[in-house]
Amino acid sequence: MQTETFPTPTAKPKAGASIANAPNQPNPGTRSFSLNINGTRHPINVAPWTTLLDALREYLNLTGTKKGCDHGQCGACTVLVNGKRINSCLTLAVMHDDHEITTIEGLAIAETGEMHPLQQAFIDHDAFQCGYCTPGQICSAVGMINEGRAKTPDQIRELMSGNLCRCGAYPHIVDAITQVMNDKR
Amino acid sequence: MNPFSYTRPEAVADALSDIGQPKAKFIGGGTNLIDLMKENLEHPNKLVDVTRLPLGDIAELPDGSLRLGATVTNADTAYHPLVEERYPLLSKTILAGASPQLRNMATNGGNLFQRTRCYYFYDAQMPCNKREPGTGCPAMTGYNRIHAILGTTDQPAETACIATHPSDMCVALAALEAVVQVTGPNGDRSIPIADFHRLPGNEPQRDNTLEPGELVTSIDLPPNGFKDHFTYIKIRDRSSYAFALVSVAVGLEVGEDGNVTNARIAMGGVAHKPWRKPEAEQLLIGKPATDETFRAVAESLLDGAVGYGHNTFKIELGKRAVVRALQEATLKSERAKE
Repeated sequence: MQTETFPTPTAKPKAGASIANAPNQPNPGTRSFSLNINGTRHPINVAPWTTLLDALREYLNLTGTKKGCDHGQCGACTVLVNGKRINSCLTLAVMHDDHEITTIEGLAIAETGEMHPLQQAFIDHDAFQCGYCTPGQICSAVGMINEGRAKTPDQIRELMSGNLCRCGAYPHIVDAITQVMNDKR
Repeated sequence: MNPFSYTRPEAVADALSDIGQPKAKFIGGGTNLIDLMKENLEHPNKLVDVTRLPLGDIAELPDGSLRLGATVTNADTAYHPLVEERYPLLSKTILAGASPQLRNMATNGGNLFQRTRCYYFYDAQMPCNKREPGTGCPAMTGYNRIHAILGTTDQPAETACIATHPSDMCVALAALEAVVQVTGPNGDRSIPIADFHRLPGNEPQRDNTLEPGELVTSIDLPPNGFKDHFTYIKIRDRSSYAFALVSVAVGLEVGEDGNVTNARIAMGGVAHKPWRKPEAEQLLIGKPATDETFRAVAESLLDGAVGYGHNTFKIELGKRAVVRALQEATLKSERAKE
């Protein structure tokens, strides 16, 4: 079966896109600020109506964070803000210029390339099929472990209910998270 | 989303002067507002971010009340030691709603302002008296499985509305008789939660009684948290991360003799606001906690309920949920005696 090859889009998103590439031509609709992501300050120039998710993916090339439903229902866009998991699709980039943001790209140890224990556990337990929900699942699991409220598989399932997996990898996801929680004890 | 300007004041006075125009809106966690803006249902020309205002604390007041700051997140509220200890009904209720990610963003103040999840309200192509007054209510004769059975407006067509309020938290606040503190251009005022949200009446576009330019600063919980005898039952289409079809928050006080001395019951998913009926609660006072009494209370609470087809099941479901909630709250009193 032949698959059609789509051309790489050259047009950037409408809002403030040309400005992102030409910071010397300020547009009254955009703002210049910076976001602290994975320990690095990233200057950015976007309109206030740019979501944090779109800022990450479309302007900073951090495409590990996924856009699923774009309405806070699926959890694919989960990132950590000051250590707490949130849906990056339902918040504005401009609201986070003084926060520490962690995305899936920031979980591995940069110097050694060693994966975060949850990343390794997801591989070991085959906790995904298509993988689209995985960055959100892993960031959500990091946040859940930080919260320290889940002790049992049932509690993991309830407190991971904001992350959908349409491939149905849920049992293996719970296994992977359980292993990391047990290793930490 | 439509273009808008953005400010982030750090003082309440600045927030009130920033809002200063009818098309501006406050934004807290943004979990509902940004979604509504993406759906082209809300189009503010300015957002005033309240999350850096000094409204982020939970503190005990001299009279024994607990003040929940407007910008404290739902998650931080549910897991706060004083809330868990004194108001476990509120903790349980908050944790029954949304997802952990949303609870980490959503604020206490913002929770009060959730708009209905009516399918027709959410579809900008459809008529809706709440969204565009005078255009009609397609839910009345359409798909209304999630809609209201109490306090609805059937007639006339140009003001009809059978939307429900979607919040879980507000159902517990109704049972606890919380007080909403607001400030605005005309000064401060306290609004009992029962008077904060409104029934559709002839103005279904108005969800609450706040005046333009007013800002919620805190939600105050009276000293009695009903911590020994409480429950929140939420009945929904899946066991997690779904809005309530019917929910019931109960707080009871039970005397030495096993008779009920104080009762609060609030229902979610059945009306345009959390549903309470003090006369129904009175039927429990001084009575032994039996299923017969509970059923009489349920009949009274749901008296006058009207189904619109797909949602007619909610009438009997609601009664049974009330009975079960009262059984659960009583069971706890029996456990405490052992």
